Amino acid sequence: MNRVHLYLLAFSLIVIGLGLFLYKALVLGFPLSPQKVSEIWNVEAHISFIAKNKPVKVSLFIPRTVRRFAIVNENFISQGFGITTATEGGNRQAEWSIRKAKGKQILYYRAEIRRIETKESGILVKPPEIEDPKFEGPYLAATQSLVADIRARSADADTLVKELLKRLTKSQPDDNIALLLGKQTSISNKVRLAVRVLAQAGLPARAVHGIRLEDENQNAPLLHWMEIYDEKQWRAYDPITGEPGVPPDYMPWWRGTQPLVQVKGGDRLQATLSVNLKQEEAVRAAIQSGKIKSPLLLDFSLFSLPVHTQAIYRVLLLVPLGAFLLVILRNVIGIKTFGTFMPVLIALAFRETQLLWGIILFSVVVGLGLTIRLYLEHLKLLVVPRLASVLFVVVLLMALLSVLTHKLGLERGLSVALFPMVIITMTIERMSIVWEERGASEALQQGLGSLVVAAIAYLIMTIGYIEHIVFVFPELLLVLLAGTLMLGRYYGYRLLELHRFKALAKGNT
Amino acid sequence: MFTLARQLADIGLLGLNRRNAEYTLRYNPRNLYPLVDDKLRTKKLAQDAGIAVPELYGVVEKEYQVRDLPEILKHHSDFVVKPSHGSGGDGILIISGRLKEVYRKANGVLMNQGELNHHVLTILSGIFSLGGQPDKAVIEYRVQPDPLLEVISYQGVPDIRVILFLGVPVMSMVRLPTRMSGGRANLHQGALGAGIDIRTGTTLTAVWRNGIVGEHPDTGNAVMGVKIPNWEALLRLAARCYQLTGLGYQGVDIVLDKDKGPLILELNARPGLNIQIANRSGLLPRLNLVEQNHKGLNGVEERVAFAQEHFGASV
Repeated sequence: MNRVHLYLLAFSLIVIGLGLFLYKALVLGFPLSPQKVSEIWNVEAHISFIAKNKPVKVSLFIPRTVRRFAIVNENFISQGFGITTATEGGNRQAEWSIRKAKGKQILYYRAEIRRIETKESGILVKPPEIEDPKFEGPYLAATQSLVADIRARSADADTLVKELLKRLTKSQPDDNIALLLGKQTSISNKVRLAVRVLAQAGLPARAVHGIRLEDENQNAPLLHWMEIYDEKQWRAYDPITGEPGVPPDYMPWWRGTQPLVQVKGGDRLQATLSVNLKQEEAVRAAIQSGKIKSPLLLDFSLFSLPVHTQAIYRVLLLVPLGAFLLVILRNVIGIKTFGTFMPVLIALAFRETQLLWGIILFSVVVGLGLTIRLYLEHLKLLVVPRLASVLFVVVLLMALLSVLTHKLGLERGLSVALFPMVIITMTIERMSIVWEERGASEALQQGLGSLVVAAIAYLIMTIGYIEHIVFVFPELLLVLLAGTLMLGRYYGYRLLELHRFKALAKGNT
Repeated sequence: MFTLARQLADIGLLGLNRRNAEYTLRYNPRNLYPLVDDKLRTKKLAQDAGIAVPELYGVVEKEYQVRDLPEILKHHSDFVVKPSHGSGGDGILIISGRLKEVYRKANGVLMNQGELNHHVLTILSGIFSLGGQPDKAVIEYRVQPDPLLEVISYQGVPDIRVILFLGVPVMSMVRLPTRMSGGRANLHQGALGAGIDIRTGTTLTAVWRNGIVGEHPDTGNAVMGVKIPNWEALLRLAARCYQLTGLGYQGVDIVLDKDKGPLILELNARPGLNIQIANRSGLLPRLNLVEQNHKGLNGVEERVAFAQEHFGASV
């Protein structure tokens, strides 16, 4: 009776899951593999600030259609704010305003950006005006000497810019540059200074700020480069390499020296930019081909969520997959692990650190923590304070590791901070108890088991194809659920049990 | 691999998945688990039913009661401290002697009052208990092993595990501590397991670390063919535990005390599967036989008689 019930349930789950999947894949033409049908990015600016119960005005630079990128669609999301956009000096600016606002305010700007191929060259007939760089006193003298120096060592505008950038990015800048830069040695400041120095040299230049159009970045950093006007067109230079031209995925957002966003009547202003490559385009192609009349299904798909949330679900939807794997590894293979779902969480943490680093960092932190835990054993502490002490040590160890690896130039170390610390602490505690009660071999066996399971789960969860399939066809998880339910009725031997009871088979044959 | 699986299936080996699904999940209602998971409750239950258990010296339930420990222990020089919710023998401390404030553990290591208090506090914090909930520390009589079994064990107390299915003893083994197991009677810690013929109560071949041995690795005494004294009484004692808890599938751990005879040490709602190695036979045929016939069996006597009739060693 129970069995029939289970089979019926599993069968209907499979039918629903596979049915939806086949309908979406075959009839609606959803892409089965993460192909990039056309390059469209969802770009989002997320602004938050605290309004002070006064009139509020927020201005944000927004991208405009340029030679390589076109804005297909854009919208502004805000509650109660009036919105105007204006184009000024080659920049577009959006302005939100409201008579009175109080408390935390959140504004969004969202745009779809498509890469375009234009043959049109950017020839300008009229050279742009040069803004007065406004150097004074010793700064003026330093600039003049610098300009004279680089001019002497260059043949034309191109070599002049290269020479200047080379000097700016040197780790030991000469006296003039050190004076002009002061303490602010960020790339954006170097670009700003370069623009002013070039203005002093009589060469029109401007700072450009933009982002990289990546597959996915929830917190896309602002990139800075510069453009100079030479031979009747603007030419870009990468300030870090000093070479002309910037990578093709750099999208300019605004030009000039002003900040991205400014607010009047509010404080604690924060702005983040995010970008993700859109899969929907292929989906939309399926709709446009007229195979579906009302895209109701799409309105309720994960694609309708904001970019931020979509990125979270890309990861979250992999968790059931990890859990399914865990069921197989524990109930069919018989691997022992610490905690039931801890390996899946470790596997998620590995996504941040990559596998090899993850395993090394995890082993190091757990190993050191274990040593300290065994030392604390001598102090005869009660359990909760002891656990808390281990947590302290784990956090400090992770901070130390991050600093050390950063100093060594290994950026990977920084991402260890995203490791779930409480999980590490609990692992250390569980492991040390098993160590004392059941011996080192049992503890190492379970620790190794957890790591192996986490590694396998990580390897499977990071296959791009699988990530894509699960995100585009979440209904396939129903099929997986059916599998999990069926495994709940797997009463056969576990693989490692065969090894355990081997003596029995030998003794009787 | 598949031939191995088929061989094991032919023997009727019970695997962990099947044990969980078809026996513990089906025959052991969850609401009865606290009866056996809390050793203090088991002990009280058994005492009320007139079943012999090791005498209870005292219980520590709250941290401040640790101060009363010297008072509880005043008249006892040897005793056992164990977590009421412990599993797998974790957290059990055996004190075999004392000199005022200095206690000697069964393995000869000395500990002072402070260390003993710390152990008790660790138990109270629930670190040894299933799920980590706060626990109680039970202090009880230390069993003096029967000399007959003492010669075939090394330190520690050998215990006899009986698997009870619907009140019928289906399989049994004696677990003998070794030097390697540090006086504990857990097979995976290196204790020796010897199957027991349910009909006669004599030990069969022994298993040590997945291999079959004829004598105790530390004492050199033969472990095969030892007759357990008072076997039928012991089986009846075990069989009575079915009424006690109502659990259909349980493991009963019995110790043979020199003076007090068989005592129920603890009951287990999820008994391990190693007993099949010690007996070199599978549980499934026996469990099936009981499942088919248990309705006709009334009372402890009939169930024990049924077991002795059908579960004699085939060797």
